[in-house]
Amino acid sequence: MNPETGTIIRSGIPVVTNLPDRHALEEALRIKEQCGGSVTVLTMGPPQARKCLEEALATGADRGVLLCDPSFAGSDTLATARVLAAGIQTLKGCDIVLCGNESADGATGQLPAQLAFFLGMPHVTYARKIKWIDESKVTVERDTEAGYLKVEIRLPVVIAVLRKINDYRLPTVMGIVEAAGREILEHGCAVCEGAGLSWDEIGGKGSPTKVAGVFEPAHKRKVEMIDGDPQDIAKKLIRKLHEFDVI
Amino acid sequence: MIWAEQRDYRLLDVSLEVLQKARDLSQLYEGRVSAVLIGENCGPLAEELVEYGASRVFAAEDSRLRLYQSEAYAKVLARILEDVKPEIVLIGGTTIGMDLAPAVAARLRTGLTAHCVDLYVEKIGDRDQLVQVVPGWGGNMMIRIICPEQRPQMVTVRPGVMEKGERKPGEKGEIYFLEPELSEDDFRARAIEFVREQQGEKSLDDAEIIVSGGFGLYSAGGFGLVEELAGALGGEFAGTRPAFDEGWIPESRMIGQSGKTVKPKLFFSIGASGAVHYTTGFQKSRVIVAIDKNPKAPIFSIADLGIVGDVKKIVPVIIEKLKKDRPS
Repeated sequence: MNPETGTIIRSGIPVVTNLPDRHALEEALRIKEQCGGSVTVLTMGPPQARKCLEEALATGADRGVLLCDPSFAGSDTLATARVLAAGIQTLKGCDIVLCGNESADGATGQLPAQLAFFLGMPHVTYARKIKWIDESKVTVERDTEAGYLKVEIRLPVVIAVLRKINDYRLPTVMGIVEAAGREILEHGCAVCEGAGLSWDEIGGKGSPTKVAGVFEPAHKRKVEMIDGDPQDIAKKLIRKLHEFDVI
Repeated sequence: MIWAEQRDYRLLDVSLEVLQKARDLSQLYEGRVSAVLIGENCGPLAEELVEYGASRVFAAEDSRLRLYQSEAYAKVLARILEDVKPEIVLIGGTTIGMDLAPAVAARLRTGLTAHCVDLYVEKIGDRDQLVQVVPGWGGNMMIRIICPEQRPQMVTVRPGVMEKGERKPGEKGEIYFLEPELSEDDFRARAIEFVREQQGEKSLDDAEIIVSGGFGLYSAGGFGLVEELAGALGGEFAGTRPAFDEGWIPESRMIGQSGKTVKPKLFFSIGASGAVHYTTGFQKSRVIVAIDKNPKAPIFSIADLGIVGDVKKIVPVIIEKLKKDRPS
């Protein structure tokens, strides 16, 4: 992490596909198998993110799109959602936008609802099951703490899926061979101009939230280390826990 | 201002928790805290909010809003925020709050910070700013986030992170009932039914003893030791995000910033180095015991009792001794 800006230094770090997003791709592939259509995989990220798209093509996606430009750096979820929406609009017609419910790094889960707003679509998050009714309507089971909401949706829609929605497949050797011929489109900041976004709306400038500082948490506890062989440790630990009156 | 979440005509505790926090923050803003309720028959809940210290309640009532409707709720809340123009909006980070808050923030083009563990107001430059503290990634650090230009400053807070206040029966406040303007187009995604599910497993919320495991269990031959120790202590098992990613625990048992916040009397952490986004989920426990092979792991700086060593060798002995102590 960069202590000056509080942002994550991404250069040199291998990029991996976010786990919930793998489940989103799997769900897209299943919908395609059932209903036809095509699957496009789109991401915003550094040039290394191309690898994730290649992997998705090898898993069965038809097309990859990488949104990559230095001006996208420093984006919070709002600015990211604007750029992703601009990228999706270049696809000219898309019935379902699937994404993972949250990322493994920030885990804010804020993106899907914001993306839907900028696309002018409704959204459903925490999806654990998607059922087709007909070509214009789907039903989603949407998790809550105490059960689930059954949600009926007119397409198009943004759906954010939970990991429990499916077990995802892995790329196959045949898939890798077949994917070699498929194209990955790359868009820079021109995609934003196309969507009517100004410089003030993307990247760090377009992000309302800023990092004001980074600090080390204050520790209020003083640890007492217990050592010895396992028998000793277990005996001392249990005695301590009785002293603290917690067992 | 807060958004108060109701389900089945009952307020959620997390909404009362953020209400109390909003009251603390409001000292700087004339001490007034407003709450927004969305649903049907909100009257009794509006009064309850007043008794918990809300000075004003805006209750948007419509029979179509009994269940959470993502677009309609976002439209209603965004409209109220545009009219009332609060400086700060706190929302409980439930599965519903985490859906509503970003949708509203996008409509208002303002900032939103998820899973805050601390909030306070500080003058930065010439303006009072809400400092939003979240655990940082990739190190033992906390990050302060602000939303310097846009208003309102919006945040979500997970259940159990803040403390709820005291209810004062008979307390008076202003309650306004609103009839939201909604059309069919606001229900393109329509929740038609809520299906309650029996929680088969005991919730971590009430557990007095929790044993939590991390990725270090990978080399210790799996997560079984954690469940066994929890069983021997009469407690519940839990885990870190990597443990969830490995499929060892369900999401409802994931401890940390984006998972559960717990305060048991005894918390065992096994095979986890102690990144802050994990430790913020249990640091208020009465006694914390940490076992890890790395003597320099940050987990030992927040524990009361620490053991450095091989989990596979130590934990089975502890389990055996506990069982001998309490034959049953």
